[in-house]
Amino acid sequence: MTILRIIRDLLKYDSRFRLAFIFLSTILIMMLLSLVSPYNPNKTFVVAMDTPPSLEHPFGTSSRGQDIFWWMTFAVRNSFLLGMVTAALSRVIAIIVGLIAGYEGGWLDKVLMAINDSFVVMPLLPILILLGFLLRGKMNFFTLGLILGVFGWPWDARLIRSQVLSLKERAFTRTAVYSGTHPFWITIHEHLPFVLPIVFATTINNMLWSIGMEVTLSVLGLSDVSTPTIGTALFWANQHGALVAGVWWWIAAPTLIAIILFLGLYLLFSSINEYIDPRTRLRLIGG
Amino acid sequence: MAILSVRDLRAYYRTEAYGISRTVHAVDGVSFDLHPDEIYGVAGESSCGKSTLIKVISGNVKPPLKAYSGSVEYDNGLQKVDMLTISPEEMRRNIRWKEISYVMQGSMSVLNPVRKIIKTFEDIVESHRGIQDKKVFREQVEAHINRLGLPTDVLNAYPHQLSGGMRQRVAIALATMFQPRLIIADEPTTALDVVVQRGVLQMLKEIQAESKNTVLLVTHDMAVHANVADRVMIMYAGRIVEEAPTKTIFKSPLHPYTKHLISSLPMIGVRTTKTSLRGSPPNLANPPSGCRFHPRCPLAMEVCRTEIPEMVDVESRHRVACHLVKGGAL
Amino acid sequence: MSVDGNLFDVQNVSVVFQIGGLLGGVKLVAVNDVSFTLSREKAEIFTIAGESGSGKTTLSRLLLGDLHPTSGKVFFEGRDLSEFRSRAELKSFIKKVQPVFQNPFETFNPLRRVEAYLFDTAINFGVANNVKEAAMVVDHALQQVGLSLAEVSKRYPHELSGGQIQRISIARALIPRPRVILADEPVSMVDASLRMEIVNLFRTLRDEEKVSVIYITHDLATAYYISDRIAIMLRGNIVEAGPVEEVLERPMHPYSQLLKESVPEPEPEEKDAWVKHISLGVTEVNEYNQVGCKFAGRCPHVMDVCRQADPPNISVGPRTVKCYLYTEQAREAAGHPEMEEARK
Repeated sequence: MTILRIIRDLLKYDSRFRLAFIFLSTILIMMLLSLVSPYNPNKTFVVAMDTPPSLEHPFGTSSRGQDIFWWMTFAVRNSFLLGMVTAALSRVIAIIVGLIAGYEGGWLDKVLMAINDSFVVMPLLPILILLGFLLRGKMNFFTLGLILGVFGWPWDARLIRSQVLSLKERAFTRTAVYSGTHPFWITIHEHLPFVLPIVFATTINNMLWSIGMEVTLSVLGLSDVSTPTIGTALFWANQHGALVAGVWWWIAAPTLIAIILFLGLYLLFSSINEYIDPRTRLRLIGG
Repeated sequence: MAILSVRDLRAYYRTEAYGISRTVHAVDGVSFDLHPDEIYGVAGESSCGKSTLIKVISGNVKPPLKAYSGSVEYDNGLQKVDMLTISPEEMRRNIRWKEISYVMQGSMSVLNPVRKIIKTFEDIVESHRGIQDKKVFREQVEAHINRLGLPTDVLNAYPHQLSGGMRQRVAIALATMFQPRLIIADEPTTALDVVVQRGVLQMLKEIQAESKNTVLLVTHDMAVHANVADRVMIMYAGRIVEEAPTKTIFKSPLHPYTKHLISSLPMIGVRTTKTSLRGSPPNLANPPSGCRFHPRCPLAMEVCRTEIPEMVDVESRHRVACHLVKGGAL
Repeated sequence: MSVDGNLFDVQNVSVVFQIGGLLGGVKLVAVNDVSFTLSREKAEIFTIAGESGSGKTTLSRLLLGDLHPTSGKVFFEGRDLSEFRSRAELKSFIKKVQPVFQNPFETFNPLRRVEAYLFDTAINFGVANNVKEAAMVVDHALQQVGLSLAEVSKRYPHELSGGQIQRISIARALIPRPRVILADEPVSMVDASLRMEIVNLFRTLRDEEKVSVIYITHDLATAYYISDRIAIMLRGNIVEAGPVEEVLERPMHPYSQLLKESVPEPEPEEKDAWVKHISLGVTEVNEYNQVGCKFAGRCPHVMDVCRQADPPNISVGPRTVKCYLYTEQAREAAGHPEMEEARK
């Protein structure tokens, strides 16, 4: 199993990966725990209100009578899924637009890049706030993921395009052309292997961005606040004036989890980024 | 008396990535002397260790490269300097430019792309000797480059405005500002056109003839060595295989590799079929046993597979490392 | 009109690049009024020689259909290259004209196994219908260059030497059974001990496979060794062209003479002659913008007329020379010192 072997190698030789592994395992365990949660996150006042962290309630309880630890297991799961939805959709768009614009060039490139640049200059936050108002009530975290996905691709499409532009000038692309290879297969066989590291690196970045964006919108109360996410945790804490009331653990728990999640993803990003860099790969196969 | 003597030098690259470690035996037991007033040529194919040799000689050893044994001693008559242990600060202050200077392939690394040529001269001289009077200094530089046959206006140009050959000659002018005893020229004309190459090498040769210093000329092009060098050393897979005065090495080469290099050179006016050696240069991470040339040698014997041939003096200035020569077969 | 008997027929081709924006842009004539033909009857090795900036690479792109001329026409087997529109037409053209590139370590994708390109070529051009047939075709092509599929199989470019890759590159080019192989500096980055076997391969291809080779190089010594005809280029112009023995043994154009003299010969006895004084231009762009003969600035025989208009192409025996020294008036002036020197 190559994947297992790669994980083993990285664990052995890369301290960043080890840290990322610990952080993300914690997050993963929390996500899995949501499946066996004793409490329904949508029900309020199921436990005593405002009790500080204890053995029974590791992160304490909230002013809404919920166990914060178990509630957070759902929040982390939802935030993570949101990031995945955004990243998946925006990666697909970025790859398609980047590869086509880069390889085909000409008018197609001009049109695609004009669209691309319009998305880049669009003031995202006001638009999201507007959409939040319009879709109020219908904006669940999945719809939000799709909307963020639609806005999350242009920078990376440009990155992929510029990479393809330089790959196109390299002799091996010409070799493929004179081997009679169809442009589609040139893109898949010659260029995609160089583009994938970018895709991978930007996936994690994109997830970070999307999760952060959700927090922003939720704190403003513009997402579906009934779904537990890291953002809505902060929203409810704020609504109940948690800090003023001295219920600091209500703020601390989502903040701590957000930090673990962000650091984990970031460390994973930088470690994987180096590993799948074509130059590192070449070094590994003995180049 | 040698100005630079290298004894049994071994320098390897050791890399480690995700648990896979590799050792590249780039320079493996190399000994030679450079004498005052000569052009010493180093020839060899890609990855024969000649660039690594230059790095070690010039005190530019950085991981993953490391010198494992041997010595490199520079001797200017007043003091001896161990080039393997010299500190970078000492190197910068007392040796570089003044005693030993370099001309590399593509001189853009020496010339600052956003400063006029005269400024680069000023920067280098300022940091090594100091400049009292800029006007006097400019006159000195002008005199220097005119003596080398370069027009004065190059001083007011930016590097990108000059042609490749002119840039390379400016780099040589810089390298000779302090009249160093040793000039190390590493593939100085490799990227240049033939006409330009000739001009650059001619300049290098004139400077040497005038100042009687030592030039270490590294190039893979045997025809250049034939026309420029006084003595030539041939490297193969990290070791010296033969060393002799240029005329001797072209007239009576002894090592089968040298013989091949010389006989396979194409010439205008000659159409007889020339051949290549079988096989490819070895991977220095895993070099062949015995004589490293044996897998490709048309005359290889059993002993070549097992024993490393010793360097033998054939004549006073001609030495070769080959079992055939030792055994008297040649 | 093109002559049907020719494989390539290049007629008065020029390529002008516009450098810079709309205002203050500079026109650069990369190829200027170049004409030559390549016969269909007899396979030959035709060298296009020149230094950097001579336009030889631009010319090679024209011949591969990669670039269209600003004026003039390139015909292949009687058909104008600029008229190929569909992918199928282009594909049937590149099937017959195959390239070999300069840098062996760039020719193939470092992350792909090299044999993939050979199989692709065999299948894409319909030489083989399936992978099994392709394996036979590929093996045969590799045998032609002294390798075999077993040796090359599953190898990445970095696991092979420059000489091996260059041979594989030639094997790939041979798979569609081309009429012409266009080799752009194929040995300039290959080690000396492996160089001659590649050069010899071109000879074998010409003699045994009847494949014509257009050999683009700056190296006159290998050009002399393998080619039948040579064209010497300077700043976009072919200044002299003809049989290689004539042109390189007795160059007539002053530039060809300088070029030949500058090639270092492996003869240490004559070394002092080689490093005698020569003059070099300060900057490179000057000669592009020169009116008339591009060599006028460096030519020892320069006349007023040279700086006024492009010299005509003059036929002298089997060769053509683009130089005023060989006009009829100049030739009539018997005992003309320049002429004598040129004849020597």
